[in-house]
Amino acid sequence: MKAAKFEYILAESIEQVVQVLDQGDGEAIVIAGGQTLMPMLSMRLARPETVIDINKIAELSGIEVTADEVIIKACTRQAEALASPEIQTRLPLLAKAISYVGHQQTRNRGTVGGSLSHADPASEIPLAALAMDAHVSLRSAAGARRVAMADYFLGPMMTARADNEVLLAVHFPLPQGDVRVGTAFHEVSERRGDFAVVAAAAHIQLDKDGICSNAALAIGGADSVPLRMTALEDRLRGDAITPERIQAVLADVANALTPGNDQHASAAYRRRVATVLAERALTEAAAEAQE
Amino acid sequence: MSEAMRKIEISLTINGRTQTLAVEPRLSLSDMLRDELRLNGTHIGCEHGVCGACSILLDGVPIRSCLMLAVQADGHQITTVEGMCNEDQTPGILQEAFQDAHGMQCGYCTPGMLISAQALLTANNDPSLEEIKDAIGGNLCRCTGYTQIIESIQLAASRMREAG
Repeated sequence: MKAAKFEYILAESIEQVVQVLDQGDGEAIVIAGGQTLMPMLSMRLARPETVIDINKIAELSGIEVTADEVIIKACTRQAEALASPEIQTRLPLLAKAISYVGHQQTRNRGTVGGSLSHADPASEIPLAALAMDAHVSLRSAAGARRVAMADYFLGPMMTARADNEVLLAVHFPLPQGDVRVGTAFHEVSERRGDFAVVAAAAHIQLDKDGICSNAALAIGGADSVPLRMTALEDRLRGDAITPERIQAVLADVANALTPGNDQHASAAYRRRVATVLAERALTEAAAEAQE
Repeated sequence: MSEAMRKIEISLTINGRTQTLAVEPRLSLSDMLRDELRLNGTHIGCEHGVCGACSILLDGVPIRSCLMLAVQADGHQITTVEGMCNEDQTPGILQEAFQDAHGMQCGYCTPGMLISAQALLTANNDPSLEEIKDAIGGNLCRCTGYTQIIESIQLAASRMREAG
């Protein structure tokens, strides 16, 4: 339970980070809050030659709000995002999700970018980001690019980010026009703060007549990556969201998932819980949008 | 590999005392506190961020010291359970309350519990039951069933309110 030896670099700039990553040939890794990397190092699941610390790079920390998006820089602490009035009012689904992330001790160090980089299939921030059509900005020595959440998750703890890229920020688009938004986040875990057995995030937009103009439902912990329930979403759009409507589309959830069996839960249980949580999340989000 | 064994000099304030020492990059903050500084009050349970026994205050907020590299603590202020005593080294209000309300059995989780409770009571000396449960939610205790720990924190809170 002790990390293997590595070289430590306290980076002063993003340029320095991407240079070290580029020269590292896959053996260099970024540390931010360390809440997932430190256990990986301790258990020697990760044995990098170089650890690059990005905590002192001021431009990688903080929250920015523009007319059409909220940008959370990679090294922003989960506790800071959770306490931010901007996040609570503009990205309520993210605030609801972060309240389930770990405990105060881990949220005080853990970062928004770290959670997205680690990409545990049951973790909350990636799930909320997927439900909100967020994208990440990545940077390597060769340049910068953006990757939408829909294309970002490749497998358990595997993302589209290459070894020589650093995650700079996550961008959340803000709803535009005369719409009413409702959100909900529900999860089942063994104890509060544990990784979710299954989690559901819903983001519903209603137009001024109460018709669903956009619906997003994302399920985590029930497949190798967090998944959007696209068939269900398509069926919800264009109608008022009633309990009957939700019941009518709910079977799509179990059909869309291929959960695993493990020591925490069986695949059948995960499918069932996913359906129950989906119903709760859709019902609550629709009610919030109708308020 | 010799390059990787290079020690890095750091300077930090621990329980009010500024100290400078050289640490290996891979050393965790919890191991530094215990093995380099002999502050054995901080306990190490799981070493991968699950049990909360190694909790300390970093710049006033609770964190797990096994999930931070010692080098990352450079320039920061740290409070360990040793720093919670009164100036004359007698137990502080919270520690005394844990004694009086029997908030421990084996004592392994106690330093982490004290740190989490201290952070809570510093911000809010009249917490609800739910707030207490939430504050110690990241600290595992395998003996008490938590009841007496919660009662200890409630007792400390009432004494803090009386003391003003």
